[in-house]
Amino acid sequence: MAVIAGRPKRGALLPKQFAAVTDSRLGSLGVYVLRRVLWMIPVVFFVIVITFSLMHLASGSPWDKAGGRQLSQVVIDNLNRKYGLNRPIYEQFALYVWNVLHFDFGLSYQYQGKTVVELIGGGWPYTATIGVLAFALIVPFGIGLGVIAALRQNSRVDYATMGFATFAASFPNFVIGALMIVFFSVLMYKWTGGEFFLPAGGWGVDDHLVMPAVTLALLPIAYTARLTRASTLEVIRQDYVRTAWAKGLSERLVVVRHVLKNALIPVVTTLGPTFAFLVTGSVIVEQVFSIPGIGRAFVQAVNSRDYPMILGTTVLFSLVIAVANLIVDILYVFIDPRVRLT
Amino acid sequence: MAQTLLQVEDLHTQFFTSRGVVRAVDGVTFHVDAGETLGVVGESGCGKTITALSILRLVPDPGRITSGRILFRGKDVTKMTDEEIRDFRGNDVAMIFQDPMTSLNPVTKVGMQIEEAMTAHERFTEKVARPRVIELLKRVRVPAAESRVKDYPHQFSGGMRQRAMIAMGLSNEPDLLIADEPTTALDVTVQAQIIQLMKQLNRELNTAMMLITHNMALVASLCQRIIVMYAGRIVEEGPVEQIFRSPQHPYTWSLLRSVPRVDEARKDRLVSIKGMPPDLSHPPPGCKFHPRCPFVIDKCKVDPEPQLEEVGVDQVARCWVLMRNVKEESTEVAKQSALSKEAAEKLKAPVGELGAGEVGAGEVGRGAGG
Repeated sequence: MAVIAGRPKRGALLPKQFAAVTDSRLGSLGVYVLRRVLWMIPVVFFVIVITFSLMHLASGSPWDKAGGRQLSQVVIDNLNRKYGLNRPIYEQFALYVWNVLHFDFGLSYQYQGKTVVELIGGGWPYTATIGVLAFALIVPFGIGLGVIAALRQNSRVDYATMGFATFAASFPNFVIGALMIVFFSVLMYKWTGGEFFLPAGGWGVDDHLVMPAVTLALLPIAYTARLTRASTLEVIRQDYVRTAWAKGLSERLVVVRHVLKNALIPVVTTLGPTFAFLVTGSVIVEQVFSIPGIGRAFVQAVNSRDYPMILGTTVLFSLVIAVANLIVDILYVFIDPRVRLT
Repeated sequence: MAQTLLQVEDLHTQFFTSRGVVRAVDGVTFHVDAGETLGVVGESGCGKTITALSILRLVPDPGRITSGRILFRGKDVTKMTDEEIRDFRGNDVAMIFQDPMTSLNPVTKVGMQIEEAMTAHERFTEKVARPRVIELLKRVRVPAAESRVKDYPHQFSGGMRQRAMIAMGLSNEPDLLIADEPTTALDVTVQAQIIQLMKQLNRELNTAMMLITHNMALVASLCQRIIVMYAGRIVEEGPVEQIFRSPQHPYTWSLLRSVPRVDEARKDRLVSIKGMPPDLSHPPPGCKFHPRCPFVIDKCKVDPEPQLEEVGVDQVARCWVLMRNVKEESTEVAKQSALSKEAAEKLKAPVGELGAGEVGAGEVGRGAGG
């Protein structure tokens, strides 16, 4: 991580002609980002190594059928030959990595004739839309509720907020999803005579997005609210906040400039992984609301040992997580002056 | 007779904890005149800081001012509206806090933190305040002030942070500056500079100062009047010279005797005050100091406790006995001296070092623990 202060800037190790670039704050930021992006290559490589090994260590083959009747041995041999599964494992691995370097993630076993890139490209937009919407709910609601609860500690607002957070965190989202369908789709339809209701599932109009996004966002909202509350409560008791009050600052300035700026540092840290978690999709939410997203595709791929699909989605997820963490680390520089990029 | 700036009357500040009500400030009455420097001394935990925080209505939870009046220029601080108290803080009365390492916001530039102290009030617009920050930092002798305003607190040393705090406190030219142990966190040379600085500023700007400390040397060099606090009460009050010459309360006497001196041949060992200040949720009956007092008589151990009585010109003390009625060679004192002599011999080396090391600082509070 980038919190080690006092170490010489990495830019110092570059030849002198780069000095103009690395000396400026933004210049060194550019070098830092470049280095972190290059670091993603070995990260993705090891993700592939681990996934590849685990996948092949797991028992079963892509051609096993659920239920009684299995494919004949001849068909299986032919399929293995077609997808290169008859070759030694290291050859398969080398070939896969070579193809990935050419942005070729292979053909899906499960959906004959479709490439992994096509499948992911087809499903991910749905998943990402829901994820980004959910994230857009988490930032204002999670942080907002946490701050309000902390500023009115031990008041009814605080108890109500934390009660909600506990409730949201302890209900599994398939229950919440199902309850929302019962209320907003079934009962609302009945009560309003079909005037107002939310669609129980599917895709197409904006109404379709509401319930999945809310369902997906509830747990992270609860988590973020609790973290924000705890962090804010700690900052409120700091000496420098007392100094701010003693200067005669208005409550708004004390809270925004002195409390929030400090209290949000740990919250921002967790928002990176939260974002990654959201845009990689939730099987359950996609299942409950019948969304053709990538979360569902990933689970199906695992169940049917669709090797290229498993690898493709895993690589995508690891990249999303790496990028989200990079963004958080860059944001750190702007919110906490004590943090240096190294 | 100087004009009275601040008049605190029968102030009670209590903390409502699960273990009971802690009477941190219990019926304190005092005043500060315009331009004067008042010293408030006492061991840690005797209510000095809470008294100061009460004046700014910044008592932390679960504490509350339960009764009393705090009149600033005749207006009661305890009855001010939120907006009135906001404008009062930092503008009429400013406070410098104990620990410069934690009293500045780590993620905001130092210059900004001083600037906002001014722009929070109507007197200075942003346009005037910005160049004034540099001026103030120069005045408190922060080197390279022009570039230092853009630094963050972690780029400042402890002494510089304390100077920045002082600059912040002085930025609105308040009528009263409350300095809560402004030098404890600093090393001796920096302490001396800060004291010089505060002396000078008091002279130049005629700012009244309330100096909270357990550093008797600081009180002697800066203050005109002194209040001695014990267990949330004022036990003695009077002009500095008079109190140093003839303290009447045994607690004041003990505090002064536990200060090492370099200007006199030392007749006896440093005397520490036995024991600890009382638990303020369950204070002892009678005089709160009686369990630790070397001159205790039976009357001290039962209620009612003694009240502040005139003991000299402008000097009051809260004691049944009073030091002028005690002969220095009374048995208890001899006993205590013998006791500490014995203890000192047991720990010869450390005591010797302590004595030598403390000459400059002369901290009274240490005496109690030692």
